[in-house]
Amino acid sequence: MSVRRFDLEAGGTSFSFKSETESKIGFWLSKYPEGKKRSAVIPLLWLAQKDNAGWLSEPAMRAVAERLEMAYIRVYEVATFYTMFRLQPVGEWHVQLCGTTPCMLRGSETLKKVCERKIGKIGAVSANGKLSWEEVECLGACVNAPMVQINDYYYEDLSEESFTKVLNDLEAGKQVEPGPQVDRITSAPIGGLTSLLDETLYDGSRAKSLSSIPNAPVPEPSEPVEKARPKDNAGQPNEASKEISGAASKAKVETAGEKSVNSTVGEGAPKAGFGKTKSFDRSRKSTASLGGAGASKSASAAKPTLNDERRPEALAEPRENEKDDLKRVSGIGPKIEGVLNKLGIFHFDQIARWNRDNVAWVDGYLSFRGRIDREQWISQAKVLASGGDTQFSSRTTGVKKDEG
Amino acid sequence: MSDTAKVVVDGVEVEVPRNYSLLQACEQAGAEIPRFCYHERLSIAGNCRMCLVDWEGAPKPIASCAQAVGDMRPNRDGSPPNIFTKSERAIKARNGVMEFLLINHPLDCPICDQGGECDLQDQAMGYGRSGSRYKEPKRAVDDKYIGPLIKTIMTRCIQCTRCVRFVAEIAGTEEMGLVSRGENAEITTYLESALTSEISGNVIDLCPVGALTSKPYAFNARPWELRKTETVDVMDAMGASIRVDARGGAVMRILPRINDEINEEWISDKSRFIWDGLGRQRLDQPYIRENGKLRPASWNEALEVVAEKLKGDSSRIAALAGDLACAESMKATLDLMRSLGVQSTDCRQDGAALGVDADGNRMPRESYLFNATLMGVDEADAILIIGSNPRKEAPVLNARIRGAWLNRDVPVSLIGEAVDLSYPYEHLGDGPRTLSDVMKAGSKTFELLKSAKRPMIIVGQGALARPDGAAVLHEISKLAADVGCFTAPEGENEGWNGFSVLHTAAARVGGLDLGFLPGEGGKDIISILQAARSGEMDTIFCLGVDEIAAANFGSAFVVYVGTHGDAGAHRADVILPGAAYTEKSATYVNTEGRVQRTVRAVGLKGEAREDWAIIRALSDKVGKVLPYDTIDALRTQMSDDNKIFMGLDYAPLPSATSAQPPYGVSGEMRSEVFRSTIDSFYLTNPIARASKVMAECAELAVAKPAVAAE
Repeated sequence: MSVRRFDLEAGGTSFSFKSETESKIGFWLSKYPEGKKRSAVIPLLWLAQKDNAGWLSEPAMRAVAERLEMAYIRVYEVATFYTMFRLQPVGEWHVQLCGTTPCMLRGSETLKKVCERKIGKIGAVSANGKLSWEEVECLGACVNAPMVQINDYYYEDLSEESFTKVLNDLEAGKQVEPGPQVDRITSAPIGGLTSLLDETLYDGSRAKSLSSIPNAPVPEPSEPVEKARPKDNAGQPNEASKEISGAASKAKVETAGEKSVNSTVGEGAPKAGFGKTKSFDRSRKSTASLGGAGASKSASAAKPTLNDERRPEALAEPRENEKDDLKRVSGIGPKIEGVLNKLGIFHFDQIARWNRDNVAWVDGYLSFRGRIDREQWISQAKVLASGGDTQFSSRTTGVKKDEG
Repeated sequence: MSDTAKVVVDGVEVEVPRNYSLLQACEQAGAEIPRFCYHERLSIAGNCRMCLVDWEGAPKPIASCAQAVGDMRPNRDGSPPNIFTKSERAIKARNGVMEFLLINHPLDCPICDQGGECDLQDQAMGYGRSGSRYKEPKRAVDDKYIGPLIKTIMTRCIQCTRCVRFVAEIAGTEEMGLVSRGENAEITTYLESALTSEISGNVIDLCPVGALTSKPYAFNARPWELRKTETVDVMDAMGASIRVDARGGAVMRILPRINDEINEEWISDKSRFIWDGLGRQRLDQPYIRENGKLRPASWNEALEVVAEKLKGDSSRIAALAGDLACAESMKATLDLMRSLGVQSTDCRQDGAALGVDADGNRMPRESYLFNATLMGVDEADAILIIGSNPRKEAPVLNARIRGAWLNRDVPVSLIGEAVDLSYPYEHLGDGPRTLSDVMKAGSKTFELLKSAKRPMIIVGQGALARPDGAAVLHEISKLAADVGCFTAPEGENEGWNGFSVLHTAAARVGGLDLGFLPGEGGKDIISILQAARSGEMDTIFCLGVDEIAAANFGSAFVVYVGTHGDAGAHRADVILPGAAYTEKSATYVNTEGRVQRTVRAVGLKGEAREDWAIIRALSDKVGKVLPYDTIDALRTQMSDDNKIFMGLDYAPLPSATSAQPPYGVSGEMRSEVFRSTIDSFYLTNPIARASKVMAECAELAVAKPAVAAE
């Protein structure tokens, strides 16, 4: 980086925002209260740069200052501080070439030579005004090094040849697909996937058949079911999962995610072809499975029955009419304690004696599966049953004593 | 929470207000803290890191300028925090900061104008290493043009941003900034335009290194070879405290002195850079006009001619005093004129309706003083400016008003021309009609002033130096009384008097105090000039009167006592060369009524004499010898006649005997708008008009009015 100064000659004497930019300016100004307008200086400078063919001329900077009622020098300070504001003219396609360590190790020096050959010295604009380039610090795409940013898009995994081609095509007005310029989807392995290739992973055939249906009704209504949680659709492969397995090859699929990206992308982008990009099937999977929202109700019909052989030893009522405070087990709250009591479990020693089957059966009555093992109820209960204290229980009882 | 906090600095416990910075607390405890970016009158930046101190228990040394004492935690046992300013860690930290500051600083002290009075030089000696470990090339920065007054050598800049903060906060013209970043950071004005502030020269004093230096003074002198004289400025009616640095017979530069009651530590560019005018176009011997041409003459010859004229019909003789006349010369002139029976005397060159009412009665002193005092601006809670542009008439006062607005949200309103005052104000209107509206009880401004505890009304000469000035004065003083500008000497506001007349001439209040006004049956300035134009005035004796067009003197014989070959001298028939304010010990009374005395810094030019002595000699020739042979005797006479001249350097306080308004004469106000009496700030007096620097500034100010208005 060297001393940055306005190109006063190229900047001319006037600048005005494009009419379609006005609503964006309004959007940014609306974020700040009256009298704090100057907070919007960076977004407005950015918009001014967009409206001025990719660089910030002196009249454009003044226009921003006047909008925000700021002294010129204050805006000038900001504009010179951030190197993303370019004070010299740039080409129609401005290349920001990453020269930071990972890209350098992967050959950014070669790309620089390409630029020098094709465009000219750093900072120069090519004779036809189509291309210009500068070196920048890390753009955060090291996994696809070496890479460049051209206007608003990343062009990754470049080689001397592919980069030259990109530049040639852009110069010739051709459409160039952004992203990796090798046989690769985003940052996935080159040449396609190398692991998790087994299609059975995705078609549901590997799922174990269930002996009971999760979320079967418990004697009492349980905690509200978390709505957004993907339900286990095992055993009923639907349209979506079929599509997953069918789309293992690199098909161009338009996804919801892509759409939103596209709508927020700046206008410097090439229009055609950007709606569709190579997308990754994994993302599709979660979207598809989220679709089966109705499944939870039917599934919740099946909880383990009370007569199940896996049911742990149960008591009709607490021994000596005095139940243990199960809440002293970390993970058991008043709600779960109620559920356990309904199931005839009142004492630590009962929990301490559970076997794997018992755990699976009790698990069926809990809203969040697997928490018995995760929270180590049994080992905790063993300690508590023997009259000891766990770290958690000592803390809770201590608090209670204080309160008492 | 108590308002104070305790800190132990190097073992000395001090109790300071909670809002004090640690640096101030350390100073209170007698510790010396080096600093570059910190300045008492500017906001805190904390970017030079020179003021690092060691706080016991803190993981790192802390910048004491940016640490509020109230925010400091006590020690574990609850005792006040311990600070060490001389510990090994503190010393090492400063040593490291110093090394970094010097890494890119050029070693050009031998050719640097700051040499000898450079903070960096001094502190490098005190806190730095003996040699540099830096072998790599140093950075170089392009010099910037920021106006005709300030020379920049930006490679020397250490980016303390004092200048940026001064221009934004005190001067109120956001023109300087720190652009780019890191190694490329540079101080500049926007696209290297000239600073438009009238007090921009102060950044030269603020700059702790030699990056911003005085352009006119460049390579002229070294600080240690200059003779320093502490004296008083006469460029405006504030009477700023200044230091005149001279070598031999020449004034080399003028610097401000700290005086919180008047100019804090700023002076205007006119006060600072006028000095080249002290050496140009000087009158160094008497002249007599013969056959339409001035010819050099001897003192004897010249005084004889004048004496002859003064012996004429006393009703056809008049005496006028200009803007730079000292009290002593006015006193001597007045005494001489009265002894000759001359009653047509006036010190109000601009014709302001002050000091005397329509019946010729003297008005009380309170009617023409800046009663609230300049410091009172810091206490006022509502300010109304009428017919004045303080930015041009008293730039340092304007900075104070700006401070009141900036720091205390004091509402400022203005009746007069809508000008850029460097702070926002409510523009009520531009003439007497608006004044009448404001005076109605219930008007917004009236209620604003009325609800204020210490309302302040600043009256400019633009409202008074006009034919209806007396009526305007009457109305304004009535408004002042109505909104409660005057409070009793006892009680809550302890004699606040918010009625404040802002003068533009250093001589004016002194003249009014001496009674240099029309005597019994005498003519005032308007009538004198009228009479002169119609040939009814034979002789006009002028104590440096330069703001009156030559044609106004008609065919009268004009005697000019002054220093520069300016308008007055060009019209004069006899020129008696006097002394400028740096060449004599003379008394001036500032707009507050503060009596101040200048100190002679350099000798007289050629055959010039001190003004009072000229008149004393003249009185001898006329045969009406004045009863004083020394300046001390003259001063004794002066204080005998008016006791205000007995005390120096304090502003009068309102007392039970203070006269109450309204002043002036009730009458019809005209409809013309109030206009400031100053056209070009840089060219208000003969010394300024002789200065090349001022001429350049004036040219720039005219060329860029559009930018200045923004």
